[in-house]
Amino acid sequence: MKRRDFIYLTGMGASAAMMPSIPVWGKDVPLDTALDRIDPALKKRMADIALNAAKSRGATYTDVRIGRYLNQFVVTREDKVQNIVNTESYGMGVRVIANGSWGFAATDKMDTDSIAKAAELAVAIAKENSRLLTEPVQLAPQKGYGEVSWKAPIEKNAFEVPMKEKVDLLLSVNDAALKGGANYANSILFLVNEQKYFASTDGSYIDQDVHRIWPTFFLTKIDAKSGKFETRNALSAPMGMGYEYLQAGPEHKIKGITTLYKGRYDMLEDAKSAAEQVGQKITAKSVEAGKYDLVLDPSHLWLTIHESSGHPTELDRVLGYEANFAGTSFLTLDKWQSKNFKYGSELVNIQGDKTQPGSLGAVGYDDEGVGTKKWDIIKDGVLVNYQAIRDQAHIVGLNESQGCCYADNWSSVQFQRMPNVSLMPGKQKKSIDDLIKNVEKGIYIIGDGSFSIDQQRYNFQFGGQLYYEIKEGKIAGMLKDVAYQANTQEFWNACSDMCDESDYRLGGSFFDGKGQPMQTSAVSHGCATTRFNGVNVINTARKI
Amino acid sequence: MGILSKEEAQAILKKALSFSKADECEVSLDGSEGGNIRYARNAVSTAGDMSSMDLAISSTFGKKTGSATINEFDDASLEKVVRRSEELAQLAPPNPEYVSLEGPKTFAESITYNSATAAVNPDIRAEAVRKSLEVAKAANLEAAGFLENTTSFRAIMNSKGLFAYNKDTDVSFSVTTRNQAGTGSGYVSNSFNDVRKLDTLALTKIAAGKANGSAGARAIEPGKYTVILEPLAASDMLSNLVRGFDARGAEEGRSFMSKKGGGTRLGEQLFNEQVNIYSDPFNPDLPSATWNDDGLPVERTSWVEKGVVKNLSYSRFWAQKKGVKPLPGAGRIIMEGGSASLEELIKSTEKGILVTRFWYIRSVDPQTLLLTGLTRDGTFYIENGKIMFPIKNFRFNESPIIMLNNVEALGKAERNGSMIVPPMKIRDFTFSSLSDAV
Repeated sequence: MKRRDFIYLTGMGASAAMMPSIPVWGKDVPLDTALDRIDPALKKRMADIALNAAKSRGATYTDVRIGRYLNQFVVTREDKVQNIVNTESYGMGVRVIANGSWGFAATDKMDTDSIAKAAELAVAIAKENSRLLTEPVQLAPQKGYGEVSWKAPIEKNAFEVPMKEKVDLLLSVNDAALKGGANYANSILFLVNEQKYFASTDGSYIDQDVHRIWPTFFLTKIDAKSGKFETRNALSAPMGMGYEYLQAGPEHKIKGITTLYKGRYDMLEDAKSAAEQVGQKITAKSVEAGKYDLVLDPSHLWLTIHESSGHPTELDRVLGYEANFAGTSFLTLDKWQSKNFKYGSELVNIQGDKTQPGSLGAVGYDDEGVGTKKWDIIKDGVLVNYQAIRDQAHIVGLNESQGCCYADNWSSVQFQRMPNVSLMPGKQKKSIDDLIKNVEKGIYIIGDGSFSIDQQRYNFQFGGQLYYEIKEGKIAGMLKDVAYQANTQEFWNACSDMCDESDYRLGGSFFDGKGQPMQTSAVSHGCATTRFNGVNVINTARKI
Repeated sequence: MGILSKEEAQAILKKALSFSKADECEVSLDGSEGGNIRYARNAVSTAGDMSSMDLAISSTFGKKTGSATINEFDDASLEKVVRRSEELAQLAPPNPEYVSLEGPKTFAESITYNSATAAVNPDIRAEAVRKSLEVAKAANLEAAGFLENTTSFRAIMNSKGLFAYNKDTDVSFSVTTRNQAGTGSGYVSNSFNDVRKLDTLALTKIAAGKANGSAGARAIEPGKYTVILEPLAASDMLSNLVRGFDARGAEEGRSFMSKKGGGTRLGEQLFNEQVNIYSDPFNPDLPSATWNDDGLPVERTSWVEKGVVKNLSYSRFWAQKKGVKPLPGAGRIIMEGGSASLEELIKSTEKGILVTRFWYIRSVDPQTLLLTGLTRDGTFYIENGKIMFPIKNFRFNESPIIMLNNVEALGKAERNGSMIVPPMKIRDFTFSSLSDAV
């Protein structure tokens, strides 16, 4: 399915426009299709046809990805279901090295002839590309795993949940929001299931089952008298989970000025809180611009981590491969080589991780057959590593890939994508209240909002969903018109305190875009509530 | 499968509709063919040809609608996808906003298809990139770029007898050139309906000039400045504005077009008198289809005249509710300019800043349409009508509504991406902080 059809079928218009991109989807899928998986033995036979065909044409390395990508989305506003859509895309991508160059071809015709032809075309393209070669591809060694499988540890496959249950949930969310005083309520449920098979000439045959879910809503409240309106979006996170994400118990809730969610999400409860808060936002005090200590909730800070830690440590950006689209990076190789570039304060420990259960980035093996792992990117505030794949590992002195390779579809070429990049929680036991009580003049920010950062990831500006003024260690009321501006290195060096792991939570992006033609990927970012001292806050109110 | 003729598309859509048991059914068929070539670090990194076609179907029983898509077109697959959308429709609660489909209509023939662009092949793309790389290497710069051409068609049909078909072509090119030290960067991008207008050599020369000219940028204080926005920068700001010209959002009270106490600001002088914005499917540089997805005709529409908002779009549901005619949204827009060249705008400026492009623009406040973003790839200080020196990039916080009130002068309009816009001289543009990014 194309982005255009997605917008057309969902009637999402402006909501869809807020997203960086919508993945390419293919044909339809019956409601019970997730139960009906393709036999790995059949996939192995198809993969072997491609591996053998490529080898016979002179490929020195080949990998094959057979992918079945299922999506379902349910779109509602107020008391109406705008649409229910199911899609499926099924096909195969073959990537080869021949004459030292990469070549790629894909097909959705899964017969012997078409598969062999795709493999042969990939070899022909590699040979064509090798004419312009400056340096042959250097692949980090990778052992074969034999026939293995990995499944996301979900409890309840959301595709198998009756449609009525999903529709009822969304309509009850909208109803609660309207009863609570919101004028408009949109809610959406996105479900993704990637059934991926990988095979390579290294001797791996890997069958994987990946699940993702994202329930979200947008409320609007209008004050007819003043003509002002405010919005409040859901505090949910997209997750690498099944429908169990929507079944939260008391142990998944952190009670405070508003309820925060850890690992599970109570959509109805959040909608009720949101309806109340969107009304409070209308009459909230407009912030006075200046320097504030910021206490940032994980539902907000994940996006700052994504933009200012995740993107600048992508090795392809550092090397210039994304210069014309996503941008380059201020974290150049000389800063890493110096072993003393102070990215942040000593409290700042940031890890890359492709294994964390429930996260969007978690898989057993990446899209070039590398077993996943976690590693330090920022250690005690110092830049120590990047995010790399097999053909980049040698550039940063690694003898194995970090497992960051991903393609958003069988028809797309896999390349380096961001793993989960997370800020490690503090080692000392500390609650959110402990953090707030030490702040003289500050702002507590919950939820993600407006975001913008330059192409080398120095200067950023972020907004949120909820802003609370902190005066002498206490919450003093709600603020509005808040955005903070900072330089990445200054910001992370101003990191002064954080909660312990009992407060650690995941946020994430369903539609992170990179590459030309653009591909999307889903990625999580974890952290505990964290404090940053003396950050520049601007007032965003204007008169028109 | 790629590109189907009108008759071939019609046959598939008819076949799909013949399986329908729903009260109402609409089917759309999209196909595209094309290719791309990507380069970075002065070498080609990826290249490919693409061809795809898919069908989307919506079935409605009463007011219950379900949708499904497919990329296989044999009879069994077509029947399966129809049944699937019907199953989903039966599971959906009734949508009170459902409006019965449009009946048959005759649409004007569009001018969106260009046979020269449709004939672009891998050799033509490679040659275009070779010229671009030649310029970059000669200027001692490192280039990263992307060239993509597409030929596509779209056809819609519904159970009330409506049928429409359109075929179009497009080619887009962009390149970023950076110096070895990483202290200078330039960029250019443009799209054309007719590939004969694409000159990668000339465009890369512009990017190279910006890259070498922007090296050694000085920091100046953020604040309010007179700016000259090149068409690329101006179009970045305008795309956010046009989406707001919608009646429903305005009447619901949740748009910058909403009026205090209810109603809309239609007919109000929102912008400077020099501002005129319209859309026209027959503009030769920016043609578009003559119908939209709902089966409504797309005609020349005036959105802003002498700074007054003249029209808001109405969806079919909202039009029915309000008892007016539906009006498709703005889509590809044209802002009229003046006759001045960019050089003349610079010459007329006592103190100001020339902005090549903006980057990472995001909405900060939908009420005022306040946007934030950064300058990029060539920002220069102007004094006494001359470019004096390159300056470091700025973050801005500005609303296009305020910006279009502060228009001092407009230059000659030209196409950039999916818009035709003039370079603009704007006073009091708000830059709020400095960025170290190059």
